[in-house]
Amino acid sequence: MSQKVESWGSRVGLILAMAGNAVGLGNFLRFPVQAVQNGGGAFIIPYLVCFLIMGIPLLFIEWSSGRFGGKFGNHSTPYILDTMAKGRIWKYIGVFGIFTNVAVVSYYCYIESWTMSYVYHSLVGTFSGMGQGEVAQFFSDYTTIGKSTTGIPYEAVIFYLICLAINTYILSKGLGGIEKVAKIGMPLLILFGVILAVRGLTLGTSGASEAFPEGNAWDGLNFLWTPQFDSLTNPKVWMAAAGQIFFTLSVGMGTIHCYAAYLKSRDDIALNAVSAGFMNEFVEVVLGSLVVIPIAAGYLGLDWVIENAGFGMAFQTMPYLFQQWGPVLAAIAGLLWFGLLFFAGITSSLAMGTPWVGFMRDEFNWNQTKSAWSFGLLALIMGLPTVFFYNMGVFDEYDYWAGTVSLVVFALLETIVFSWIFGVNKGWAEINEGADIKIPNIYKFIIKYITPTMLLLVFLGAVFTPLNNDWAGNISSLFSGNGWALDNSSIINQLSFTGIKEQIAAATDANEIKNLEDKKFYISIARFMLLGLFLFISGIVYVAFQKRRREGRATA
Amino acid sequence: MKTEAIITMVLAQGIIISMASYFFYKVLTMPPKEEPDSYSENDDEPR
Repeated sequence: MSQKVESWGSRVGLILAMAGNAVGLGNFLRFPVQAVQNGGGAFIIPYLVCFLIMGIPLLFIEWSSGRFGGKFGNHSTPYILDTMAKGRIWKYIGVFGIFTNVAVVSYYCYIESWTMSYVYHSLVGTFSGMGQGEVAQFFSDYTTIGKSTTGIPYEAVIFYLICLAINTYILSKGLGGIEKVAKIGMPLLILFGVILAVRGLTLGTSGASEAFPEGNAWDGLNFLWTPQFDSLTNPKVWMAAAGQIFFTLSVGMGTIHCYAAYLKSRDDIALNAVSAGFMNEFVEVVLGSLVVIPIAAGYLGLDWVIENAGFGMAFQTMPYLFQQWGPVLAAIAGLLWFGLLFFAGITSSLAMGTPWVGFMRDEFNWNQTKSAWSFGLLALIMGLPTVFFYNMGVFDEYDYWAGTVSLVVFALLETIVFSWIFGVNKGWAEINEGADIKIPNIYKFIIKYITPTMLLLVFLGAVFTPLNNDWAGNISSLFSGNGWALDNSSIINQLSFTGIKEQIAAATDANEIKNLEDKKFYISIARFMLLGLFLFISGIVYVAFQKRRREGRATA
Repeated sequence: MKTEAIITMVLAQGIIISMASYFFYKVLTMPPKEEPDSYSENDDEPR
């Protein structure tokens, strides 16, 4: 049977670890951009509605499924789902709950390593005296592996290896190691976030300069929070809100199941789930909205922010903005900002390691150290192509299939299993067992009907994303007989390489065409690697099933 | 800042802060379950 079962040290430690799992870089970088692009202040209405009818129910489903599977000694989704539903297929659906984590951590650690590296560069004053363009160029140089910004050859690779090694080492210390990091990292993250948020709130017009005379932090906050109520009738805004809730809570990954699998039946999951969920919302809605957008608008003006708002601002813009505060404060602000992002990242990446570790311990009696280092090796094999071929689209390809599509597919399937196969009555009893709060009965109805419907809509929205994300225009086009034009970000067009084929057809320069052809080749390699990883994990699950059958432990 | 932006921001953030504080306060003040529970730190405490 399995190794000695681990346990969480304390309830607060578990909640901080769960919140740390959910809080990631997207809280600070994705949420404000989504809000800006989808109705400003009005975005919060669909966002909170989706949190209540999709986010909270998914948290209940994943916490209770995990604790239920844990009763039978299962700590990862293949055999958690296997205990919930008859039939051999479910353990292979559960493969998503390991696959997604290995694939995502392999590139997520690369982003995490940037934050480590940028803490170093902030402290040694690398960005001192650089203009905005030079800071942006620094990032491009950094991710071009051959170039070195410190004199250390292949420094991006070295920082990546250090970051992955730190993650693997902490993972090898078990739940205790993860809990310690969460207990230190989460309070520090909130402290750093509050300091920067206060700066964002008080900057006002003091950041305006000759180059950017229109700099005004209030403009950024106005733009972010002024409600445009007409956006509430736009399906695009609702899809964006559902997507944001989905990704911010780290649901559909298999990590929540794994953490909850170490709980006993008599212990609460209901209050724990909402507490961790609202902690994530605090970091996202309160802190996330008060840092990047107002500080960037304060120095560069609102027009610049509207034009450039995106993930890249964290590394390509923020170091330049901090330089405006003088060398000492710039170093401190860089430490706070990139330190905050590092803690947000590592508490998530550690969670991603636990399903694999739990599976290898449960099924093959591997010890914690061996399981953790095998995870590190697997992540390294998968991750090196994202580091070396970052500019060839490998990173984005992993993010699309593993970090986006795979989550939605798994969340949809697990919700169907929970509500319709395991049965909502059994599920409801499981959620309420040992609960420290009374969950409103309406949630039983929501879990059975509303959440699966919402997830189905999100999935169909990803398969058939309309051109330019114009839902209203495409729906009227469909009903007027003019068809449905797909966007290149839709799953259908992604599968058929439509976007890159169009770029190749439009290109006239021979070098550009060759570069695009090369990119298409690397994207294909990335897809083969992801497919290979999924098949590899499925194979291991099959071997585990055969082992269980020999030992008389197989359920079907 | 515009009044409507301030109202939206304060309202949204106020709701989130209140709910997050309320649930976390409940976690902190909830009496622990009888041993054996899921947490190892209180294993030595008198039952």
